[in-house]
Amino acid sequence: MSEQLNKRIRAVIVEDEELARQILREMLASHPEIEVVAECLDGFSAVKMVPELKPDLLFLDIQMPKLDGFEVLELIGNDLAIVFVTAYDQHALRAFEVHAVDYLLKPFSAERFEAALDRAKSRIGQKNLPDPAEFAAAARETGHFAERIVVKDGPHVQIIPVAKLDYAEAQDDYISLASLGKKHLKQQTISSLEACLDPKHFLRIHRSYIVNLERVAKLEPYGKDSHVVTLNDGTRLPVSRTGYGRLRSLLDQ
Amino acid sequence: MHPILSQIRRLTLYLLAWIPLAGILEYLLAYPGGLTWTKALAMVVPLCVIYAFGCLFAWYPCRTTPLETSGFSRLALTHLTAAVVMSLLWVLTAKGIALALASFALFQSLDQQIVHDYPLLFGSGVLIYLLSVALHYVLLASETSREAERREMQARVLARDSELKALKAQVNPHFIFNSLHSISALTSIDAAKAREMCIVLADFLRATLGLGEKTSITLADELSLVHSFLSVEKVRLGSRLNLEEKIAPETLQCLVPPLLLQPLVENAVSHGIANLTDGGSVRLEIGQNASGDIYILVENNFDPDMPPRRGTGSGLRNVRKRLDTRYGTRATFDVRTEGDRFRVTLSFPAERSASA
Repeated sequence: MSEQLNKRIRAVIVEDEELARQILREMLASHPEIEVVAECLDGFSAVKMVPELKPDLLFLDIQMPKLDGFEVLELIGNDLAIVFVTAYDQHALRAFEVHAVDYLLKPFSAERFEAALDRAKSRIGQKNLPDPAEFAAAARETGHFAERIVVKDGPHVQIIPVAKLDYAEAQDDYISLASLGKKHLKQQTISSLEACLDPKHFLRIHRSYIVNLERVAKLEPYGKDSHVVTLNDGTRLPVSRTGYGRLRSLLDQ
Repeated sequence: MHPILSQIRRLTLYLLAWIPLAGILEYLLAYPGGLTWTKALAMVVPLCVIYAFGCLFAWYPCRTTPLETSGFSRLALTHLTAAVVMSLLWVLTAKGIALALASFALFQSLDQQIVHDYPLLFGSGVLIYLLSVALHYVLLASETSREAERREMQARVLARDSELKALKAQVNPHFIFNSLHSISALTSIDAAKAREMCIVLADFLRATLGLGEKTSITLADELSLVHSFLSVEKVRLGSRLNLEEKIAPETLQCLVPPLLLQPLVENAVSHGIANLTDGGSVRLEIGQNASGDIYILVENNFDPDMPPRRGTGSGLRNVRKRLDTRYGTRATFDVRTEGDRFRVTLSFPAERSASA
């Protein structure tokens, strides 16, 4: 009995609309092997509940209050199977296709649901979700960049509008984001952060640093052939030789 | 831009019109003025060329004192003063020309003879200047009417364009697919409600499609469109969507461009309420302000932390543009956020249908 229970697939539904949750529950009702352990009504509660409950399977709506589906994915990691659900979003659709994730378009048929569920079930326990940042980038229109960065701070979610980001520093597998006098840690590579920021406002000045160009107050030589920028708040950041070249060409424009 | 100086064709015509004027002046100087024909001609040619251009100055006072809005005394004062000043300058010019010519044997003592013609010159100067004032007013009026015609043409084209665009934006795919999904969910839960929602959705779509040919609808019709939109969204969002409405009944028969209000409400729902886990309310107020203009206020809660979603603003821009093309400066459009409230306010002149 207990073994059977252990085999059950634990699922979480993340969807803000009551009727849309109902239809998922209804279609899951014929699958006794799946147990819906929680329903989340917005992105924040998904980010809080998923690490707590550690479900095997997630039904994730894209357009939701607080955080969208892409942002949720960024904050919950990728060691679970996800079925994305959306009504109409050409760009999200492109990301789904490119990264071969399972998705459902509203309204969906029972057959379509079964097919997506079968695929998702076969992926349970595998780490085969795309890199969240790359995935979100694929869903952005070309020429569009992130407007905010979401960071998990314990059970809470911090939202940093990109205009409020002073600089980012790489620290092993993490990046430290400096904003409004505070630093926030996020598990992401600095290159993937660089890719989602508008190059008109942010520049990679060093292997480990991205700076908000509006914060740069001074650029000075430092040592033999390196440089250092001083930000408005007095922070000094190293500038590599390539970084200096990029910065110069931007300042000369 | 000066209406005559800026167009070579008009300038040519204007200068041609000076030839008979010069003829009259020549006659006046020679016959009652007592100059010889040669001397008179030597005076008239430079004087007319100079004054022809001098009189173009009349455009500036004409433009600053519009015929429709300026009082008679202001008109008379402005133009008579200008006429006297211009004419005096002209007489001074005549004196200068006569002095210069007098050094030639042919025009000996012209400088003394011309003195007797000063009153004659002054009088003609004033008259000619006033003629020029009249001419400029005519030009100004034709310019205004042509401008109005051009604006109207442009407005018509733009109105048609943006109406089509509005309609395209109207049948928002998100709205359609989400509604269909709600219906799909309802079929097994509450079949009667599913049917009801199909009907409301159909009403909404039919009303929207029918608006293509119309340039004006009554506010009552626009409101019923808004209500069918909201009842569809209400099924989807349930208790998260609340409506507070305050509508002055006397405005209901006023005419508005179709799809003026609906996009604002749609914006309030999809970019405001739908982003809130606990929902919020849309406040809709329609009334008449002190000057008799219709004002519309749409206010909603929103999540200030949410980045503007794709498509935000295009609905608002569309409404603003259509207000602008239809009413010009007589309409106002204002968007502001206060804390977690997003508010759009607009006002425009009240129009009533002829039959009402």
